[in-house]
Amino acid sequence: MLWEVDIYAAEGQPDLAAARIRSDAADLGLAANLAVRSANGFLVEGPLDAAAAVRIANELLADRVVERTVVAQVGDERLSTPPGAEKRLVQVLMKPGVMDPVAQSALGAIADFGMRPDAVRTLRKYWLGDLADDKLRLLCQKVLANDAIEQVVVGPLRLERLEFGSPYKFALVTTPIRELDDDGLMRLSRQGQLYLKIAEMRTIQVHFRELGREPTDVELETIAQTWSEHCSHKTLAGRIAYRDERGERRYGNMLKETIFAATQEIRRRLGEADWCVSVFKDNAGVLRFDERHNVTFKVETHNHPSAIEPYGGANTGVGGVIRDTLGTGLGAKPICNTDVFCFAPPDMPGDALPPGTLHPRRVMKGVVAGVRDYGNRMGIPTVNGAIYFDPRYVGNPLVYCGSVGLIPHDKSFKKTNPNDLIVAIGGRTGRDGIHGATFSSAELTSESETVSGGAVQIGNAITEKMVLDVLLAARDRGLFTAVTDCGAGGFSSAVGEMGAEIGAEVWLDRAPVKYAGLSYTEIWISEAQERMVVSVAEEKWPQLDALCKSEGVEATVIGRFVPTGRLVLKYGEHRVADLSMDFLHDGRPPVVREAVYVPPPVVPLSIAPRTDYTDALLKVLGSLNVASKEWVIRQYDHEVQGGSVVKPLVGLANDGPSDAAVLRPVLSSRRGVAVSCGMNPRFGDFDTYPMAASAIDEAVRNCVAVGADPARIAILDNFCWGDCDRPETLGSLVRAAIACQDVALALGTPFISGKDSLNNEFSYVDARGVKQTIAIPPSLLISAIGLVDDVERCTTMDFKRPGSAVYLVGLTRDELGGSHFALVEGARGGVGPTVDARQAKATFTAMHEAIRAGLVLACHDLSEGGLAAALAEMAFAGGVGAAIELDAVPHDAETRSAAMLLFSESNTRFAVEVSEENAAAFEAALKDTPHARIGRTTSDARLTIDYAGGTVVDGNLKQLKEAWQSPLRW
Amino acid sequence: MPPRVLILRAPGTNCDRESAYAFEVAGGRPESVHVNRLLESPRLADEFQILCLPGGFSYGDDIAAGRILGNQIRHHLADAMHAFKAAGKLILGICNGFQILIKSGLLLEDDGVRGPAATLAWNASGKFEDRWVRLVTASTKSVFLAGIDAMYLPVAHAEGKFVVRDEPTLAALDAGGQLALRYAPLDGAGVALASPVHSPSTAGDQVPYPANPNGSPRNVAGVCDSTGRVFGLMPHPERHIDRTQHPRWTRGEAGEIGDGLRLFQNAVNYFAA
Repeated sequence: MLWEVDIYAAEGQPDLAAARIRSDAADLGLAANLAVRSANGFLVEGPLDAAAAVRIANELLADRVVERTVVAQVGDERLSTPPGAEKRLVQVLMKPGVMDPVAQSALGAIADFGMRPDAVRTLRKYWLGDLADDKLRLLCQKVLANDAIEQVVVGPLRLERLEFGSPYKFALVTTPIRELDDDGLMRLSRQGQLYLKIAEMRTIQVHFRELGREPTDVELETIAQTWSEHCSHKTLAGRIAYRDERGERRYGNMLKETIFAATQEIRRRLGEADWCVSVFKDNAGVLRFDERHNVTFKVETHNHPSAIEPYGGANTGVGGVIRDTLGTGLGAKPICNTDVFCFAPPDMPGDALPPGTLHPRRVMKGVVAGVRDYGNRMGIPTVNGAIYFDPRYVGNPLVYCGSVGLIPHDKSFKKTNPNDLIVAIGGRTGRDGIHGATFSSAELTSESETVSGGAVQIGNAITEKMVLDVLLAARDRGLFTAVTDCGAGGFSSAVGEMGAEIGAEVWLDRAPVKYAGLSYTEIWISEAQERMVVSVAEEKWPQLDALCKSEGVEATVIGRFVPTGRLVLKYGEHRVADLSMDFLHDGRPPVVREAVYVPPPVVPLSIAPRTDYTDALLKVLGSLNVASKEWVIRQYDHEVQGGSVVKPLVGLANDGPSDAAVLRPVLSSRRGVAVSCGMNPRFGDFDTYPMAASAIDEAVRNCVAVGADPARIAILDNFCWGDCDRPETLGSLVRAAIACQDVALALGTPFISGKDSLNNEFSYVDARGVKQTIAIPPSLLISAIGLVDDVERCTTMDFKRPGSAVYLVGLTRDELGGSHFALVEGARGGVGPTVDARQAKATFTAMHEAIRAGLVLACHDLSEGGLAAALAEMAFAGGVGAAIELDAVPHDAETRSAAMLLFSESNTRFAVEVSEENAAAFEAALKDTPHARIGRTTSDARLTIDYAGGTVVDGNLKQLKEAWQSPLRW
Repeated sequence: MPPRVLILRAPGTNCDRESAYAFEVAGGRPESVHVNRLLESPRLADEFQILCLPGGFSYGDDIAAGRILGNQIRHHLADAMHAFKAAGKLILGICNGFQILIKSGLLLEDDGVRGPAATLAWNASGKFEDRWVRLVTASTKSVFLAGIDAMYLPVAHAEGKFVVRDEPTLAALDAGGQLALRYAPLDGAGVALASPVHSPSTAGDQVPYPANPNGSPRNVAGVCDSTGRVFGLMPHPERHIDRTQHPRWTRGEAGEIGDGLRLFQNAVNYFAA
């Protein structure tokens, strides 16, 4: 029997989903005031009579205080009788096989009633008022459902059963490759979604010719996944010949010789004081935190899936990076998350969107919801982030997810031993995410939604939370020797990595599956979420098994790390793959690439000077990159785990923009961790060297601003770039990497981990039939983590009280190129900000000493919007006015102007509030750094800024704050 | 001997460690126990004096917040829990724990015909929000709130609007002093007004969003049972134990200890006499 339970808001209770849809429909111009009534539904299949169905509805599925139900068998006309004036019925179901956590939980909860249903699925039901067919179609596509994962049924459901999947009948598939010509090889690469280059295909061909046989399908998939850009980073870790205005440099392994080399050198110089524990090796970078613990940090991207299914993409992005933390050493405990997004402006007109793209507003809402639901459910505070807007992200939104972990010193390393068992822990394997690793290396097209839908997944955070709980307990009992996550590439990647030095034999038929019908290849490459792989000594397995069972977590032996140097896959009696680990991990032909960088010519920036810049400041505060992100931040639990010290929102009304977050991961200790980020895609249009330098400077100064010790700050790089087959695009990346090397060395700030995502381009055929390609701007995210000896020394950015001195620390340059002032003025050209790294090191050290000595009441980093925006933020966050005079501002320009002093986004600068009694001590602490007293805080609620005898800004705090808060107050 | 505190952990519980830490600082002896252990042997609870259901997303809050664990308690632990209550012991539910207490029928009794007395429904804002709220104690009923006039604590939830089955039930709960903790207004800058509100009659005005973060009628933030020994609240007292957890401690607004600690101390001290 197939029962349906529809759950409606009871009379007098709000229908929140309907209200949301009405507002989205109005936003899209589909209907001004659409009549909507919504219901959540459950389909329950099994031997249940009507009384049982009603009982489940009343006692489990619905809340009788605020909801009412309709219970009937599918097909019964009560289910398709309009409950009110809205007559048109639209129902949305997950496509078969898509993760449906609520249905899974409901199945278990129904079993608690002593009933045994066979299957449960959820659905959403919408009753709509009058709407033309074409509008209805758009509403379904753009608001009600996402056809990457969901199906829409207009009218009553005609469904007889929920079960799907039929038993799998084994058949070994081999793929002839030995006789193919180049065209044939490339066709195979494309059609098999291998996304390998011709040189790689030829290498595989030669290998199998030597073996005297054809590869099996799963062998080809394993090679493609291991050699994918996503897993091997072959471009950036490959050979590159780079040319720029200073000549040519050749790299054998570009990342190793730039960013990684800088870290090695810094560690060498630190000697005994080296605090890096493990860098660029494990799933996250590891640093020394205190006498007992290390901290770990990793930032990942999940861009391509998020473009197609923003909620699921971001959701699984968070889940994935948390598994990186769990898979570091013998498993670190996640203590906070970070997230940084890049979107097209959410007010982009619908008709300006290229075909096949989702509206940026929908992308943003979906991504935020995805991050929220995963992080909150995992009980990990999301404490820091940023959002950047640029129209070039329309086809390729970027989603960076970071995870910080805490791990005991003696659990920070792992080593799989020969003959250890291979154990899979956590979620079951399904068809989810087949081809994610190779897909992320491909360019998105307007067809991607249909071609690659299988690569998109939905997460189930609770499964991962359960894995986290048992994994850390097992770690502390010493029950396994190594752990890694099942990320892109699934078992293939996890087992391949862990067994690279030893060898492995895997029994694919033993892996628990979500439903029948999976082939051995699907099991091997599935990217089903929430799975970890551990290596376990045979004698420890019973204990691990018992522990997992005691918390209801599935753990299964799926193979053994046999010391043969081979990767052997079996399905029952059948040997379906037999590859040498050497060929798999070292057989890939080196990628050799050309990279060229030609700095663009400097075009002067010209904006007519004026006498009053108040309006310009209001516009800068309201520009999307600067505007308040409170709508996003409040949806994240940023305080769970109880260690919050400096929150993302600070100040008198808890709504000012904090520079960085600080938390105490050990509740009984005063020691803290500061987390921040820096990114400036707009500067990349000028020169990616100073862009990268600026991102580092920004990340570090944000950390310093709240009180982190600059000698104990480490950073991570995440490069998201366009198609690096183009020498100019790769050149702009190499140039950024050289900047990373130089600045890291000069600051003594080590890179500890990094990741890249290339090919972020979107192509489509425009109305005239011409292929168009949109490449994202060079997008380098620098994430910083810093240590704080005593959190009670931390400071926040809000002005604290009237009558204090206000200082500007650092040198202002004529660097309005790429500034937000130029953006709101619609002006192009100019020079972007540069970094004097030697001076930066001195400034950071001096600022830190002043903060540590308790001389600073408030400190804010100067970034987007320059000095004017920073002062406005400090004033309205603190509810304290300020009277400022710019004439004393330290600068190095030949001719200064009010615009430059107010809005230049020059690096290494802070605005600082200091009490009168500490002013002399503060100036002494800053004696070797450019600084000037530029005014005082006042008791009237205004910000006034004078220059050259006139007032150039005069705004009341309410007006300034409203300009900053209103754009993204959704 | 300090009381033993059972911190009940289920799949998706995530405030268990900081809740245990809060009880520890308050002088109790907390111990984290997985719900499966309790389901295997419900009498395990006998060894403890305080039961704490911490925050989180038990079973993902799938279907509705606290529903699945609430039902597990109804189906398998009802006897043990009622014995625990009857023995004069204390039960505290924080956020998801409050939702579980409500949905399990442990906090407010069901009516055989009309069903549960109350629920915690979706926030009027329709979304999850993390923000600090000002709270006032509205009755002397709850053991946990003894001597506490006001607290400043964070909320972090999506389903916290306390909705009662009907007006007479709500009036009876109010008259009985069971609507023990209320959201209080903030001033124009978003800063809490200090004056506590003591009696149900003065707690009548609906406090506007965001000071009342979820739209609860009568500003209800926490509810106790008729004995005052079972208490559930949406705000997180365990997130304000240390002064540096206060959102404006850098502005000199935090006291020596966090407001939430007193609630845990009340629970521990209840057994000291």
